Amino acid sequence: MNLVKEFTKGILKENPIFVMMLGLCPVLAVTTSVVNGIGMGIATTFVLLASNIIISAIRKTIPSSIRIPTFIVIIASFVTIVELFIKAYAPELDRSLGIFIPLIVVNCIILGRAEAFASKNSIFASIMDALGVGVGFTGALIVISTVREVLGAGTILGYPIFGSGFQPALIMILPPGAFIAMGCIIGILNKLKQKGESRIGGI
Amino acid sequence: MDDIFSIIVGSVLVKNILLAQFLGVCAFLGVSQKLESTIGMSGAVAFVMFMASAMTWLVRNCILVPFHIEYLQTIAFILVIASLVQFVEMFVHKFSPALYDSLGIYLPLITTNCAVLGVAIMNVNAQYSFVEAVVNGLANAAGFALALILFAGIRERLEEGDVPKALQGAPIAFVSAGIMAIAFLGFSGLL
Repeated sequence: MNLVKEFTKGILKENPIFVMMLGLCPVLAVTTSVVNGIGMGIATTFVLLASNIIISAIRKTIPSSIRIPTFIVIIASFVTIVELFIKAYAPELDRSLGIFIPLIVVNCIILGRAEAFASKNSIFASIMDALGVGVGFTGALIVISTVREVLGAGTILGYPIFGSGFQPALIMILPPGAFIAMGCIIGILNKLKQKGESRIGGI
Repeated sequence: MDDIFSIIVGSVLVKNILLAQFLGVCAFLGVSQKLESTIGMSGAVAFVMFMASAMTWLVRNCILVPFHIEYLQTIAFILVIASLVQFVEMFVHKFSPALYDSLGIYLPLITTNCAVLGVAIMNVNAQYSFVEAVVNGLANAAGFALALILFAGIRERLEEGDVPKALQGAPIAFVSAGIMAIAFLGFSGLL
């Protein structure tokens, strides 16, 4: 029961992107297409899961004064594993994500979960927490990249979905589009939240 | 000389680290509410970015490459940056308490600022020489400061603007950053 709660809180209530606004750099940079978004989401989720497991397993032996450097080294090791793996098996993804794969190291979500959750909780709870936050992160990436790819290129996962008369708004897949799409999506979510709250208040 | 000039123009205006490369966006949104704090943050980032560009270049070319352990790059760089930030913090604290008071709280945040590690990795990918790497570090710091300070000015005005309730705070900041990024797109013909 409790484990289920650890899992679901990361998806909606504490969504790392839309609610906590952590780790925004890769979110804005790689969401030019849905494929990139999914790739980035999976890579980050793997690092998050692996580092949460290790940190939770050795949480009692890490002296608290050097815990942050320890976390960073653990996270950096897993990022290196992911980096080499993607280079070997998905060179195309490596090219389109580029510099943002090594930059998973400084993604504040991962260090944040290590510090706030894995260093204080059991392994199973940490696994559920990592999966929940990872799914929330990947979901947010898919939402933003879908908006940008549909408006900016008129395709989803590379398949055209509009007729030939559709004129894609190129600006959406250029850097400014990332900021504008992100702002509008958060704005819409806020609006929905307000509506929900006023309905509950009305009853 | 031409190379150096094009690195500077490219990093400050054309490929602005915040608005075109999205590195350091967390700091961008976090501290851009007041003009004063952005100046502190820009100074701290500039200093660390300059030192980090020099140090990571030395670590890569004097340690990682001779021993053929380039695959340890990510781990080595993040450790160099983390200890550098710690060192800078202690140094500033000891020798310039006034500067420490104004930069102090921003320094620890810089370890997880992706802009610093991002510039270090960009220097490697572009195969810059030592001088080029340091110039690139400084130019990116200038670009970061430029975007951050301009944006803080806009946000101070937004505070007083009549913004729809759902867009208040972060959403309107994103949209304004997008419009600023469109303005910076105009520089893309420079190089």
